[in-house]
Parts: sequence; C-alpha cells; structure tokens
Amino acid sequence: MSGDPIIDVRDLVVGFGARTVLNGVSFDVQRGEIFGFVGGSGSGKSVLLRTIIGLIPRRAGTIEVLGTRLDQASDEQRQGVERRWGVLFQQGALFSSLTALQNVQFPMREYLDLPQRLMDEMAAAKLDMVGFRRADHHKMPSELSGGMTKRVALARALALDPDLVFLDEPTSGLDPISAGDFDTLIRTLQRTLGLTVFMITHDLESLHTIADRVGALADGRVVATGSIADMLASDHPWVSTYFRGRRASALTSRLANSEP
Amino acid sequence: MAAPPSLSARAVPDGVELAAEGAWTVVHARSLDTLVDKAARETPPDRPLTIALHHITALDTYGAWLIERLVRARRDASGGTRLDGLPERYQSLYDEIRETEHDPASAPERRSSLAAHVEALGQGTVRFGQQLLAFTAMLGAIFASLGRALADPRSFRFTSTVHHLDRVCWQAVPIMMLITFLIGAIIAQQGFFHFRKFGADAYVVDMVGILVLREIGVLIVAIMIAGRSGSAYTAELGSMKMREEIDALRTMGRDPMDVLILPRIVALVIALPILTFLGAMSALYGGGLVAWAYGGMSPDIYIERLREAVSFTHFQVGMIKAPFMALVIGAVACTQGLAVKGSAESLGLETTASVVKSIFLVIVLDGLFAVFFASVDM
Repeated sequence: MSGDPIIDVRDLVVGFGARTVLNGVSFDVQRGEIFGFVGGSGSGKSVLLRTIIGLIPRRAGTIEVLGTRLDQASDEQRQGVERRWGVLFQQGALFSSLTALQNVQFPMREYLDLPQRLMDEMAAAKLDMVGFRRADHHKMPSELSGGMTKRVALARALALDPDLVFLDEPTSGLDPISAGDFDTLIRTLQRTLGLTVFMITHDLESLHTIADRVGALADGRVVATGSIADMLASDHPWVSTYFRGRRASALTSRLANSEP
Repeated sequence: MAAPPSLSARAVPDGVELAAEGAWTVVHARSLDTLVDKAARETPPDRPLTIALHHITALDTYGAWLIERLVRARRDASGGTRLDGLPERYQSLYDEIRETEHDPASAPERRSSLAAHVEALGQGTVRFGQQLLAFTAMLGAIFASLGRALADPRSFRFTSTVHHLDRVCWQAVPIMMLITFLIGAIIAQQGFFHFRKFGADAYVVDMVGILVLREIGVLIVAIMIAGRSGSAYTAELGSMKMREEIDALRTMGRDPMDVLILPRIVALVIALPILTFLGAMSALYGGGLVAWAYGGMSPDIYIERLREAVSFTHFQVGMIKAPFMALVIGAVACTQGLAVKGSAESLGLETTASVVKSIFLVIVLDGLFAVFFASVDM
C-alpha cells in the first residue's frame, strides 16, 4: 500500500518570536511503518510533533494527516482525525485525578457511547496488552512508577484503536531492560493492530531494533531520511556523528555480533 | 465508512450458523455489543454453533473481543462453538485478543453506608487531630528555624525575605488600600444613614474610628492576605513538593524550613502590620470623604471628632494583632503546602484548605484577642 502517506508534511515553518525553529521541514510517513525521528536536544523534534498534532501554530507549510489537510480542516474534520490517532506524551500526561483504568476509559467515554461493561473489558484488555499488572488497575497515576505510567499512557493512546500513534520519546527514563521490552511491545502492537507509528527518540537502540525508516532533524530541516543503513552512509556531519559516534559504534558492533 | 456490521442466524443441518458481516470496529461497538448479547442469549446451548466470519470487512480489537465474548459466553454450552473463515490478516489480532485478560480488577470495596459514615467521622476526627499536630509542629519548626537564624544571622536568607516582602507587601499595597478605602466609606455611609434617625450623626466618627482601628482594618487585611499570599505560598510549596524540589534541597543538606519557609513567614509578619496601618489610614480617609460629601461634616470637624473619639490604645490593639495573624496565615499556608501529594487535585484541595483554614483561624484569633484585651482593659 505504498504511495498512501499517513502523514505528509511539506515546507513546514514554525517559530517563536524572532527565533525560527523549523525552517522548511518536509517528510512523509507511509501506512503501516514505524518512522523514527532523531535530532539533537533543542533541534525542534518535540516542536515538530506538537505542530503536527496541532498544539503549536505553524507559520507556513502544509500538514496532511490521514488524508485530511489539518491546516484547512473544520473543527469537525479535525475531531474526526483526532479520534483516529493516539498520542503518548513524554511524561505520560495521565490525568492525575483518574485511576489507571479510568484513564484508559477516558477517550472511550468521550468519543463513544458504550456500555460500562464493554468499556471495563476493553480497558482491561488494553492494559493487559501493554503489560500492566491487573492489581494496579485502581491505582492513581501518582502511585505508579515511570515505566508503568508510560504503559498506561500507551494503553490510553491505543484506547480507540487508532490508525496512527505518536510517541514522544517512548523509552526515555526507562531502564535498558524496560526500554527493550517497550520497543518489543511497540513492534508487536504495531504488527497485530496494523498501526502506523511516528516516534521521536534519542534511543539509538530503539531505532536499530524497531524503526523501519528514520528521519534526522538538524538546523531546522530534515537532513536525511531512509533506513538505518542510509543513515550510516549519510555524509551530513551531524548525521554521521550521531550514527557513527562512539556510543553508536559500540552499539552497532554489539548488534552486529548478536545477530545470528 | 465501511458497511455497518450485522450478525444473522440461520439453521444449518448440524446446528446454527451465525454469519458476521460488515465492519466489526470501534465505530460500531455499541450496536455490536447489542448484537452479540442478543446472539448469546438466543442461540440454543445444546446445538453446535458456527460463527462464519468470511464476510467481515474490517476488524479491530473491539470487534475481535466481541466475537471472543460470544465464544466465551458459550463455553459451557454442550453443543460447542466453532469459528469459521476468519480472514488470514486478522488471525494474529484475534489470537492476541484471545490471550489478553479482560476482567478489570474489582474496585476497592465500599462498605455499607452507615458503617462508611461512622468510619468517615472517625477518620475525620483523626485527621483533625493530625492537622492540629502538623500545625503545631510547623509553629515549633518556625521558631526553631528562627532560633537558628538568630544564633547565626549570616545563615538567614535575607535576599529571599526581601523578595517575598516585595511580593506580599509592596505589590499588595494598591489593592489593600482600595478595599479598605471602600470599606471605610461604606461603614461611614451606613452610619450616617441610620444614626441620622436618632440625631446621632456625630457618633458616626466614633464608630468608624474605633471599628477600623481595632477590628475591621486588621481583619480585612488579614483575610485578603490569606487569600492572596497564603494561597500563593501553598501552591508554590505544593508544586515544589510535587516536582521533588524540596527533597532535592534536603539532600543537599539544606533544611527547607530555613531556605523556603522562614523567609516567607518573616516577610508576612513584617508585611501584615504595614498593610494594616496603611489599610486603617485608607479606611479613615474613605470614611472622612463620605462624612464630608454625604454626611455634610467638614474635614476639620471630622478630624477633631476623630481625635476625641479614638485613643492610641485602639490603634495599638489593631497593630498588636497583625503579626500574630500573619504568623497563623503563614504557618497554615506552609503546612498545607508541604501536605500536597502527587496529583493536581491534591494541590487544589490543599490550596483551598489553606485559605479556608487561615481565614477561620484569623477570626478565631480575633475573638481570643477581644477576650484578652477586654480583660486587660485595653
């Protein structure tokens, strides 16, 4: 199903005051792939994500998500698209006055008119899918650890069976084992549910293990897109430092050795 | 959107066949739920059931679970249940759903209402005791911190105190003066309106003077400060607590009492008498303007009457109360701030509690002072 971009961003310009953060960003994400975005701290990755999901106004350019031009869409069309995507925020952004189970049910309650029994069953199923313990269903977000918070947030992002999920640094703040589990989880869910995943990350290991394609953001524009191999071959200074730096080479050799 | 889902039953030689068609997705979850429940009730348990899924056009976790729910509902049926023709691309989704746990943990138990009420009463009483203890502990900790600061004046956070003094005192001056001005004016106007009936116009000045200097000035300012600065203290300390700033301070060997709380309390204790004085002057001025414009009393006479009516004692009584009220407001605000737990809701609750409690305690304290001053003839 190629040639059917789920996200299509063209010449996007975003800035605050006198500072231009994104200057002519263009890329697309195809249906059913995991697209990873990398960039140095402060390069505007999060700004890009927040602009696509409509939290930050853009100065110029077009954003098309799930076949709808978000910049021209009416409120109703926008809501239609928002219903079909899920967002995992970096800190989880769980509603602190609701329990884990209620957090997952929130989108169902807002968008659908379902019997309580079905909502309970589906929320429990989503939480089980992301590996959240049943005993913690009625805990408040403040009682959960970072990893558990992310899992609940992912379950909430998946609550309405979205076509597209945005993940903002899904593995940051997790220990390497949990991060690895989380990567596998995203991969499995993506395969079973047929999701398209747009992911911002700093985690080279995540990129190596789960990303189908990678985009690199530097100096306010996308300097490279393609597979990990393309990234390794890129001669852009920032990209080559990032993917072939000391930490990266240690990882690459480790991954190469571990492969059968 | 895809075709709406349906589930139609027909008899086949070896039992019943349910043919599922259309989009079994979240959009149609409501009607699917009804369809599946109806099918589960109506299919005879003793005959074999085949669920034919050949014509499903779309399936997601909701649809997959509802099919699975139907299968599970017939788990004890003697006839048996069979799925037929699930499209290949949905197989892994269906398998995943079949393996997941669908029972939410049961909500924490609710006791019967009478027992719950008795328990709530008991817990309320215990909480009241704990809060009283926390407040007393805070007062003690403030004095201990003050003692440390006096013993080693260089450890006192002077800059921080000045910063807070700017916020709670200087920046509060305009609004405090405006409000007390209006209160003074209103008291004078009401006084003239009612006293005129008895020809007692002249005593309005006594009333305004004594009331403002002894009670209203300090009370209004204290209540305003509790709402304006007490709530800010609670919210600040609460969000610092939420973001572990207070823990960070502690691990660096700095006592939050010395760094955060003492400067705030000292600033408040200095600010409240100043604001009370300014407020009282502003109220007397407001009363004077009304006396002139509404009561027909010239400013000279107003000041002359005021001089006769009020003594220095009245002024003293108001001013003595101010720092104590400041201490109570500050101690309550800081206690509540440190009681904030992780959630935004608890921050809101504690801020509300801070304002309500400090206003309540200010009024109680005012009453106690009234008894005290009466017994010492002030």
